[in-house]
Amino acid sequence: MTPENRAAYWKANLRLLSILLVIWFVVSYGFGILLVDTFNTVSIGGYKLGFWFAQQGSMYIFILLIFFYAWRMNALDQKFDVHE
Amino acid sequence: MTLQMWTFLVVGATFALYLGIAFWTRAGSTGEFYVAGGGVHPVANGMATAADWMSAASFISMAGIIAFQGYDASAYLMGWTGGYVLLALLLAPYLRKFGKFTVPEFIGDRYASQTARLVGVICLLVASLTYVIGQMKGVGVAFSRFLEVGFETGVIIGMVIVFFYAVLGGMKGITYTQIAQYVVLIIAYTVPAVFISLQLTGNPIPQIGLGGTHTESGVLLLDKLDQVVTDLGFAAYTAQKGSTLNIFLLTLSLMIGTAGLPHVIIRFFTVPKVKDARSSAGWALVFIAILYTTAPAVGAMARLNLMDTIQVGKVGDAAGNVEIAQVPEWMNRWKTTGLLAWEDKNGDGRIQYYNDKSEAFKPKAESFGWKGNEMTKVDNDIMVLANPEIAGLPNWVIALVAAGGLAAALSTAAGLLLAISSAISHDLIKGMIAPNISEKSELLAGRIAMAGAIVVAGYMGINPPGFAAEVVALAFGLAASSIFPVLMMGIFDKRANGLGAIIGMIAGLSTTLIYIFWFKGWFFVKGTEMAANIPANWFMGISPEAFGAIGALVNFIVAIAVSRATAPPPEHIQHLVEDIRVPKGAGAATGH
Repeated sequence: MTPENRAAYWKANLRLLSILLVIWFVVSYGFGILLVDTFNTVSIGGYKLGFWFAQQGSMYIFILLIFFYAWRMNALDQKFDVHE
Repeated sequence: MTLQMWTFLVVGATFALYLGIAFWTRAGSTGEFYVAGGGVHPVANGMATAADWMSAASFISMAGIIAFQGYDASAYLMGWTGGYVLLALLLAPYLRKFGKFTVPEFIGDRYASQTARLVGVICLLVASLTYVIGQMKGVGVAFSRFLEVGFETGVIIGMVIVFFYAVLGGMKGITYTQIAQYVVLIIAYTVPAVFISLQLTGNPIPQIGLGGTHTESGVLLLDKLDQVVTDLGFAAYTAQKGSTLNIFLLTLSLMIGTAGLPHVIIRFFTVPKVKDARSSAGWALVFIAILYTTAPAVGAMARLNLMDTIQVGKVGDAAGNVEIAQVPEWMNRWKTTGLLAWEDKNGDGRIQYYNDKSEAFKPKAESFGWKGNEMTKVDNDIMVLANPEIAGLPNWVIALVAAGGLAAALSTAAGLLLAISSAISHDLIKGMIAPNISEKSELLAGRIAMAGAIVVAGYMGINPPGFAAEVVALAFGLAASSIFPVLMMGIFDKRANGLGAIIGMIAGLSTTLIYIFWFKGWFFVKGTEMAANIPANWFMGISPEAFGAIGALVNFIVAIAVSRATAPPPEHIQHLVEDIRVPKGAGAATGH
């Protein structure tokens, strides 16, 4: 594996990581904590939306984030031929 | 069949299962003892991780905390699950690629420093030992309440069971037992929740029932709960009570701490490939979230049931409160345990349960002739333990809850004991004191260390050193402020060197420890507190539990600054970092 290839793989990984961590932050700290009052003015399925994000929604999204990362990274491993 | 018989039957059957697994999965090599031979399927590892992670606190206490704190308890829900995102994205795949047995071993190799490894061992031992004491206490409590045997006997029975499968099987035995324990605990948690959700909302799925309509009153369940508690002077259930900064930092500390707890990290050393480590973290969170998304429903519904049990009629009506002679049987039963207590302060023969600390509610309470809150003790733990009785569920469900609580405590204890014994036999003995011992001797040392750790944990569980209740703050504070930052920088910052890591760890650790000790007493000795542990005294309103995130920040800043000011790590270390960043070439985990 060439150093350029290695660097490109790592850069692609960091890009994916950053996007997913922004979502991780926004759904929990953003919607569930910092903006909870704003989101609570909206209702969804009998829940106030901010409360829902804090006690239900953020956890569902965390799961999706991990599986999405695993899926994208497997594709990236293949593309750069660094899979096991 | 009586409750007693059901409990003996269910608990006995689960224990027989754990012992059966112990004989079937004896470990023959250090690889099997430390990382189960590295051949655990990612879904199976996810399930074992879930049981490893969810302790007596998650199973017994968390729903109770949610019931009484409402929205503010979201910090625990998000904090104890969001850490898995950090683990999956920032640590697990790389540490699996590194392919060694323990967390301190990575620290020592990456920073080319035995000192760094030793600091890692100390952090691991303190965090894991304090944590395991709480589990042993949980085992004793579950036994003494449900099986009516003494607390000490309960702890000793628990120790014997763990001894069999952890000492014989090591990680291999622990893994397969944890899978069985997950199944037991999740059934025990969800069955009562489904029944209660059906009773209150007509919907069997608690996650949907919590947002559903309260059948009896026809209004939304959460609106009903908000109204019931505010009518009695309590803060609204869905409203925020603490400061935003504190909730934010508590969530962050718990997330970083979760990702830095060694007994969780080493579970990801047991899967065959790097890609399995990524997906396995996802599976772990799926299995954890089944309980964690049910807990808010359990908490809210138990709170509503409790309020309705005591406030049977309109607030303020002479006959609005339950007569002491008429309280349901479960209240009397739990009164004998000391977890529930009431006192007829105004002598009217009825119980008033309201917030007597609310100034706004005081005039109203006086006009009703109420002389203070008469529910003098409602322990958090009662919300899960007594839940099936509150809802009038059959005896076998109550027996199941007992087995579930024991499964949660035992599975976490075993994971912690393995982290402790591997740090002693692999990092201290093989890594530092006697590097030339044979694999067979190391395996024996591991088993002896495990047995020793079980005895220490059991002894401390029976004679808790006063600070047992404070361990959550300590374990998470340590993991967040010392272990997580050095691991993350070891992978993502090629420039981080040994000196930076050591000074960073010490700086992060001491900041957090001093802050915790300042408000809780030096080494938790009562009377040595520098200031009362109340929000008015806290630095910017940050509670000691929430301070781990600040410690982590200090660790990062100091480590980066010191590393930049000193020589970069040697060439071969930089290659090591390059190497762990790509999955290719990962073999099975080895100790060499």
